[in-house]
Formats: sequence, C-alpha cells, structure tokens
Amino acid sequence: MSSVIKQFLYVNRKAPYGTVYALESLEVVLIGAAFEQDVRLMFMDDGVFQITKGQETTDIGMKNFSPTFGALGDYDVKYMYVCKQSLEERGLTVDDLMDLKWEDEDDDWAEKDSIILVDRAEIKSLMTDADVVLSF
Amino acid sequence: MKYTIQINEGPYTHQASDSAYNFTKAVLEKGYEVFRVFFYHDGVNNATRLTTPPQDDRNVVNRWSELAAAHDLDLVVCVAAAQRRGIADAEESQRNGKDADNLAPGFRISGLGQLIEGGIISDRLVVFGD
Repeated sequence: MSSVIKQFLYVNRKAPYGTVYALESLEVVLIGAAFEQDVRLMFMDDGVFQITKGQETTDIGMKNFSPTFGALGDYDVKYMYVCKQSLEERGLTVDDLMDLKWEDEDDDWAEKDSIILVDRAEIKSLMTDADVVLSF
Repeated sequence: MKYTIQINEGPYTHQASDSAYNFTKAVLEKGYEVFRVFFYHDGVNNATRLTTPPQDDRNVVNRWSELAAAHDLDLVVCVAAAQRRGIADAEESQRNGKDADNLAPGFRISGLGQLIEGGIISDRLVVFGD
C-alpha cells in the first residue's frame, strides 16, 4: 500500500469559523500528508477566507487555527490553489492572504510560494487530474 | 470497481446520509465492492444507537447497521469528530471517563488514516455532504 502515491485534492469552500468544516478538513490534510501522498489544497467560494492574514478569534472564543496553514510546507504540501474569481467577488486580493511557502529540496531549499491563483477553467482540469477529490 | 464512501452530515437534517445509503446499496446490488464507509463531521451522528425516530419514518441508523450485517460492511466513525460530538463505544467511553456509550452495532471508531487508506485503496472515493 505504501508504494501507491495518489494525488489528493482538498477543496475548501467554507469560511473558517462559521462551521467546523475548515478545521476538520485541515485535520484530514495533516493525516493525509503523513501517509506520504501527493497532497494539494484548493480554496474557492468562502473558503478563500480560511487563508486570509491577521485572523483574530479571541472575541468569538474559538481557536485560531490559521497558523497551521503556514506549517503545511513542512509536511511537503506544496500547492495551494486559490480561485481568482472567488477572491475578486469578495473584494480580496492575494495581498490579503497569508504568505505561505514551501522549501524546494531540489533547488537548494529555496523558499517558494505555495499559493497559485487559478481561474475556473484551471480548477476544472485540476479536479479532473486529481485521483481523489475531498470536498469540504 | 472498489468504492469508499464518505458521509459528512448527520441524519434527518441533511439528505447526505440517505443519498449515501441508497448509493451504497446500489453499488452492492451491482456487484461492486464497498471497501469502507467513513463517517466524518456531523456524519458521526449516524452512528448513535440512541436515535429514536417516529415509527412512520425511516431509521437511518438501524438501516446502516442492517446493511453492514448483510454485506459485512466496514462502517468507520472518525474518533476525533466522534469525541467532539459525544459518540463513543464502551472502550472510548471508559478511556475518557464517561458514564455511557452509544455506538450502534456494525460501526467501529477509528482514526482519519482509515479515510486516507480508503482513498488510496479504492478506485473511487465518493463524498456525500451539504
């Protein structure tokens, strides 16, 4: 079983704190990465709010889990696709998102951007190319 | 063709569990294999044997238990999601110092690795949610 590497695409479509989907999706991502699978994340619709900068949750009494996204590079999660239209529809730009990086061991551990802006046509082909699509 | 089914919503509020049940039954009737059914998020609420719907309604929980018994299905409930929502078998209940357990027959509690394994081993992972 360990020799099989599949591409897992996690599609995150909901805002981070109104429902538990984002938090529990992240838990699956971390387990999936430990299985040494090809793990990729996608953020679309309200899911783009999950990776916005400066999240502050003290007043709602919930744990701010956004720093975990910053650690995913260490779990070999390199690609985080963000839907361009979803950002625009919500008045956001890539500058409103966290600066997420991964280190490329084949390029002298150079830091590279994890976030890749994609349009809806590209999303369609990314979903087609993935072996497993988990939608949260 | 080998399937793993993921269910992300609880019974009655959402149709997800009904749709997943009908899909799973259809897969089995066609002679395909269901490697695993994995319950996540509020989907873990499909696994409490304390569910008591009105007599003239379907019993979503018992229906899963019966399907599992008839086809030797592997019904897995995510342990972390279950702990948050108060779903426990006898062992989990004791381990967490609780005074009761409620896991329905045919279900077992395990970790998220079981979902990932389902994705790796199966030809299709089909998610039922909101």
